[in-house]
Amino acid sequence: MSQTETIKPARKDPEELDAVTIRFAGDSGDGIQLTGMQFTTSTAIAGNDLSTLPDYPAEIRAPVGTLPGVSGYQIHFSSREVLTPGDAPDVLVAMNPAALKANIKDLKKGGILIVNSDAFSQGNLTKVAYAANPLEDGSLSDFRVIPVELTRLTGNAMTGMTMTKVQIDRCKNFFALGMMYWLYDRPMENTLKWIQAKFKKNPLMAEANTKALHAGNAYAETAEIFGHHHYRVKKAPIVPGRYRNITGNEATALGMVAAAQLSGIELWYGSYPITPASDVLHELSKHKAYGVKTFQAEDEIAAIGSAIGASFVGKLGCTGTSGPGVALKSEAIGLAVMVELPLVILNVQRGGPSTGLPTKTEQSDLLQAMYGRNGECPVAVFAPATPGECFTMVIEAFRIAVKYMTPVFFLTDGYLGNGSEPWMVPDVAKLPKFSQPALMTKEAFKPYQRDAETLARPWAIPGLAGYEHRVGGIEKADITGNVSYDPDNHERMVRLRAAKVAKISQEIPPTEILGAKKGKVLVVGWGGTYGSITAAVKNCQARGESVSSIHIRHLNPFPSDLAEIFANFENILVPELNMGQLFKMLRAKYLIPAVGLNKIKGQPFKIAEIENAIAGLLQGGRN
Amino acid sequence: MEDQELATLPGSGPMLTRKDFVSDQMVRWCPGCGDFAILATVQKLLPSLGIPKENYVFVSGIGCSSRFPYYMNTYGFHSIHGRAPTLATGIKCARPDLQVWMVTGDGDGLSIGGNHLIHALRRNVDIKILLFNNKIYGLTKGQTSPTSEIGKKTKSTPFGSIDYPLNPISLALASEATFVARAVDTDLPFLTEVLGKAAKHKGSAFIEIFQNCIVFNDGAFEAVSDKTTREDKIVRLKHGAPLIFGKEQNKGIRLKGLEPEVVTFEKGKPPADLLIHDEKAHSPNLAYLLSRLMDPEFPIPQGVFRDVSRPALHELMEQQLEEAKKTTTVDLQKLLNGAENWVVA
Repeated sequence: MSQTETIKPARKDPEELDAVTIRFAGDSGDGIQLTGMQFTTSTAIAGNDLSTLPDYPAEIRAPVGTLPGVSGYQIHFSSREVLTPGDAPDVLVAMNPAALKANIKDLKKGGILIVNSDAFSQGNLTKVAYAANPLEDGSLSDFRVIPVELTRLTGNAMTGMTMTKVQIDRCKNFFALGMMYWLYDRPMENTLKWIQAKFKKNPLMAEANTKALHAGNAYAETAEIFGHHHYRVKKAPIVPGRYRNITGNEATALGMVAAAQLSGIELWYGSYPITPASDVLHELSKHKAYGVKTFQAEDEIAAIGSAIGASFVGKLGCTGTSGPGVALKSEAIGLAVMVELPLVILNVQRGGPSTGLPTKTEQSDLLQAMYGRNGECPVAVFAPATPGECFTMVIEAFRIAVKYMTPVFFLTDGYLGNGSEPWMVPDVAKLPKFSQPALMTKEAFKPYQRDAETLARPWAIPGLAGYEHRVGGIEKADITGNVSYDPDNHERMVRLRAAKVAKISQEIPPTEILGAKKGKVLVVGWGGTYGSITAAVKNCQARGESVSSIHIRHLNPFPSDLAEIFANFENILVPELNMGQLFKMLRAKYLIPAVGLNKIKGQPFKIAEIENAIAGLLQGGRN
Repeated sequence: MEDQELATLPGSGPMLTRKDFVSDQMVRWCPGCGDFAILATVQKLLPSLGIPKENYVFVSGIGCSSRFPYYMNTYGFHSIHGRAPTLATGIKCARPDLQVWMVTGDGDGLSIGGNHLIHALRRNVDIKILLFNNKIYGLTKGQTSPTSEIGKKTKSTPFGSIDYPLNPISLALASEATFVARAVDTDLPFLTEVLGKAAKHKGSAFIEIFQNCIVFNDGAFEAVSDKTTREDKIVRLKHGAPLIFGKEQNKGIRLKGLEPEVVTFEKGKPPADLLIHDEKAHSPNLAYLLSRLMDPEFPIPQGVFRDVSRPALHELMEQQLEEAKKTTTVDLQKLLNGAENWVVA
């Protein structure tokens, strides 16, 4: 049930809605991300389930009022389970003509459009090639347009204060936020507290933003712009516990800190600034008290080199980047494979190739993670499904890296990294502890003598007397680890390294199937598409359709039960934000007649897109 | 080498000998290669430093010189081309208790790994960097290197190299290195002395070692390595002493405006205005000036150009961790709870 279908005549009591999707849009300097995040926190505190999608330009301050400068933040909240940031907004808040032009095509018919009418000057209209003012030419007749003189009204709220025009302008996002708080009956305390903390050293801006927030709230109620009409979205039935909002990047960073605490092995994070992975470096840099050492290297190669060095001397070596950075690290990843040291490589994927779409999401680095190196060079590849799951999965990545003495790729993406969701904070006492495997005696020590269960070589760290040894990128002789160019030894070592990574499948729990174990369509996903796929499959199941889904979190090695699962379905659909990379891997390994659903727009799947593809298969559209 | 200075080094394990530092691997350099002498010098020097051998890590990149760690019976890491400084940085900063030595060459350290070298130096990572300069690519069988002279005919430059060479000492100084020195592979006592000083330096120690490649660039340093001519071709730098050189010790260097010049004088009666070497000078200007003295107009300086003190990267890193530990209680649950959270009953 969308809100637009339920608009009724004005009344004072809030009207109840199931679910609402709001998109805030404006210049990248308008504070859109901040406004969205404030609304998100207040919504979470109000007890709704929610999901968000920030969408911001690569340029820090693109020319004011232009299309490339438009920044957006979408939030979907509901009294029921929320799995995605919403297909299409019910409400669009557009701070200028550019924001309107860039986003209006997505607004639902009959949706609410709140615009800052003060920004619709001839100059701003010309910048985005509006021939006539869309607020006046009838082109927006499909929507419930609510023009607000945001700039003027914000200025009015500051009467008596000594403020420059620029300062007043900076507060108009809080005026708009105040309005939205009234419209959706959200508490404001959290934001008021945030303003006080944020502008501790700038009481003038603290007062100004507080006034703007109150003024917007009062204006929405008293000026009858919504006809006294406002809405309430009831609390969602959420599993009891302590919650917080978390982005995938925050969860990844906290998971890394937790991995170090749980293993008692200190974390080394070598990284070079790159969108959208830099937030992980920022977050980790705060946690020095936890023994976390962060190193902003001179380049991507130095970042991973430092991490390999740290691993060699007994630390949890980790490097984080996005696709172009992984390209630069490839040779060093090969070295880590050869010297068989634990290493976690985080790739917060973005649109590619080359510089591609730095701030947009994509899943197109799976094959790079799998095969993007010289030689036969296997690494484990893990991918979390949700922002919150980044936490538990990255701990698992470290556990496996240490247990199997192997690099592990950890693939998230811009959507997971920047998207947020309420996250039930785990009980630390229940998190899995792990430690460095026991070391053989120094008399028995051989650098490449393998553990029978895991095929891992021993991790003998410098400082241990009697274990002195040398490692390097030249092929190693089996067991002794000395340099060897022997042909038979090389083949044996190549196969041993592959067998070791394959052994990790013994760590993977049985694959969970959403729905029946047998049926017409199985949807197979990985990574950040989990929400859209799950929502779509649940919709199909609610209609009684024979559709199930699985989500693969271990991409290398695969879980060992996949072949069995695939055999029970007539059709297999693999939706991916790429040209079909998991699709290729599945077809190659299982020889299944799967079909792909591929989207390469820098945007996540809409639920409807996946439902349509499923419907096609159910109607026998494939053959 | 002064013993009292060595006593300041950490660790005092059982007395080790050269043999303790010799690995069981066959040394595979060409017969007559300058690398042998450097390896032997290092293996002889380390026991005198009193550091347990398990606390040494030798790190290298790719090239002839980079095979060095295989021949040292310590922990060692033969990494990838040019990247040794990156691993060494992680090793030293993750484990400040370790003594990290890095071996590189003119191709590995100045060409493919030039970026890492300058950043390791500016950060003052506490590693001893031995740059074996033979002015040629050896392992790839004889191509021009970043220190090859202009016009040099090699396999990749049959008509002569058109790439102007780098000066490793000037580069190290420009990279804010705190210890910069030069020695030659054939003068073992002097090499031992310079490496000993480097070992005692806290922070990055950069040592350019003239090393003869007998196969692809034999005789590149003949003037300074030939015992019969070298005293006229080199000037040994001594802290606080005037720059005097020559077989007869009758030549010196002084400044004429901003430029140096060679003056000849009666032995034992140097003019008062000779340049006095000051390796501790706050400004790197003198060291830079000396780094530009080149054959044939000038003797080539050997020894320590610069030796100043600045906190090493690992010290600053540890300091920040210690500060943070004073103000923040480690409580993982609290950290995960975050500043804003709510309870669903």
